[in-house]
Amino acid sequence: MNQTISIQNVSKSFGKKVVLKDINFEIMEGRIYGFIGPSGAGKTTLVKMIVGMDVPDQGSIYLLGEKMPNLNMLQQIGYMAQSDALYKELTGKENLMFFASLYHLNKLERKSRIEYAAKLVNLTADLNKKVSAYSGGMRRRLSLAIALIQNPKVLILDEPTVGIDPELRLSIWNELLRLKNEEGKTIIVTTHVMDEADKCDYISMVREGSLIATGTPDQLKEKYKAHNLDEVFLAAGRLINENSSAY
Amino acid sequence: MRTLALIKRILLQIVRDKRTLALLFIAPLLILTLMNLVFNGKTVKPILGIENGSQQLIESFKEVDIVAQEYVDISDIEHAISKYNLDGFLQIDGTETTLTLLNEDPTVAKSLEMKVKQVISKEVQFKLTGTNQSNDHIQTNYIYGSSDTKIFDTFSPILVGFFVFFFVFLISGIGLLNERTTGTLERLMATPIRRGEIVAAYLIGYGLLAFLQTVIVVLFSINVLDIILVGSFWNVILINVIVAIVALSLGILLSSFASSEFQMVQFIPLVIVPQIFFSGIFSIEGMADWLQVLAKLMPLYYAADALKGVMYKGATLSEISNDLYILLAFAVVFIILNLFALKRYRKL
Repeated sequence: MNQTISIQNVSKSFGKKVVLKDINFEIMEGRIYGFIGPSGAGKTTLVKMIVGMDVPDQGSIYLLGEKMPNLNMLQQIGYMAQSDALYKELTGKENLMFFASLYHLNKLERKSRIEYAAKLVNLTADLNKKVSAYSGGMRRRLSLAIALIQNPKVLILDEPTVGIDPELRLSIWNELLRLKNEEGKTIIVTTHVMDEADKCDYISMVREGSLIATGTPDQLKEKYKAHNLDEVFLAAGRLINENSSAY
Repeated sequence: MRTLALIKRILLQIVRDKRTLALLFIAPLLILTLMNLVFNGKTVKPILGIENGSQQLIESFKEVDIVAQEYVDISDIEHAISKYNLDGFLQIDGTETTLTLLNEDPTVAKSLEMKVKQVISKEVQFKLTGTNQSNDHIQTNYIYGSSDTKIFDTFSPILVGFFVFFFVFLISGIGLLNERTTGTLERLMATPIRRGEIVAAYLIGYGLLAFLQTVIVVLFSINVLDIILVGSFWNVILINVIVAIVALSLGILLSSFASSEFQMVQFIPLVIVPQIFFSGIFSIEGMADWLQVLAKLMPLYYAADALKGVMYKGATLSEISNDLYILLAFAVVFIILNLFALKRYRKL
């Protein structure tokens, strides 16, 4: 199994606020990784640095062997931001076409990828509607389709299922699992929905800029003697609090 | 390729937005038409009340387009002026002559005062020499324009440049601002697009719109409003396209210092309005030295100079080339600053 992403001694602060503290992490090919943690824990900053939109203050990040940020590597990353970054005046199809034409794809590939991505998120029938007429869930789905448009090796999804109904959430997760199993894609998901975290191969709990616990869901449950991830999260958090109050 | 995709998207967005299209293409025509009507209104003849004036004097006043009305035994002049709706009152009492002016509008008052003085001095001369042969038959020649030149002719070229600057500044600035606030700019930065490609696409996309706008505004001004165009039509277009590039690059640059559309609009009194003062609508030569230096820092100063040169004075391309070079220098500086401003979103 190959290593896809390597995060080495990464720290980042905005002004005086330390957002990430000395993060070390390896991400293997063909696995789903979940970063869980409360809002403001530093998940999005970490994810943005993997994409190369931000640069660490210290340490470095390698993606497929290349040091980030690197423009050419962006062809290999499908990114879905936390907020839907869509052109509302345009139709769903026009949005897909626009983003598709930013990547190295020939005409035929572009067409088939648009069809594939739209079908995947169940938007084929609504492609010719303007995005301004889309519901919140539809916009989220279109964002996911855009993240998949260039058939990237790595998918980075920042809270992908917020505002999506349970049925669609299930189908999206099934598709993520299929992408992992059949196409060997590496997938990074941030979430604060614990039952989603259960579907990840590995989870890392992020709290106040540190990874407080990492492992498979079962390992974590065993380690903290918990029945579910909610309890793990609380237990791990308590441990941190006790340690810091001990100083 | 990526730039092309971005240009296509920008144009598509504008075409979908009917109100913005109207603002770009119809609003300037509307304002130009309105200004044309306002400035080309007929001048109203001033009305002068006279007490004890000779018939000869009243005739002379008529010749210089003053309506002279005779009154007798006026004791309260102020009252008479307001009662009879006069612009001034001339009271002749033997050798003593008193002119009272309403001075509601200084321009009317000044011109009335000048004319009255002229007529009276002519009267005096006539009485002294007994002849009416004054040498006032002066042949007047005009270097630019003619005796028919209206004030609107001299500043309509400035207005054309101003509209291009204003609308392109606002629309391109808000265009990029929307990309920032909706997160699409950040999303773009997660694709392999280069910062230079984004700036280029914005320049070309909105540049095309500005080109269209200029053609429409200039054609309308010349053919419908009858504004004079002595020089080449294509030079006017060239100047305006360069003005548009300056406005574009400034607009998208300043949009990085605004966090909402409202904040973008707040740049209008700071960036746009001062430029009007220094564009040549008001005489720059009469300003204090330091203000004249300030004028030379305004892109619209050079744009107005070039446009007035071509449209009113018939200047050739080589005569306005200095203005154009300076405008291009402004654009280059703004474009480079833009590339740095985008670094905030991705370091590459």
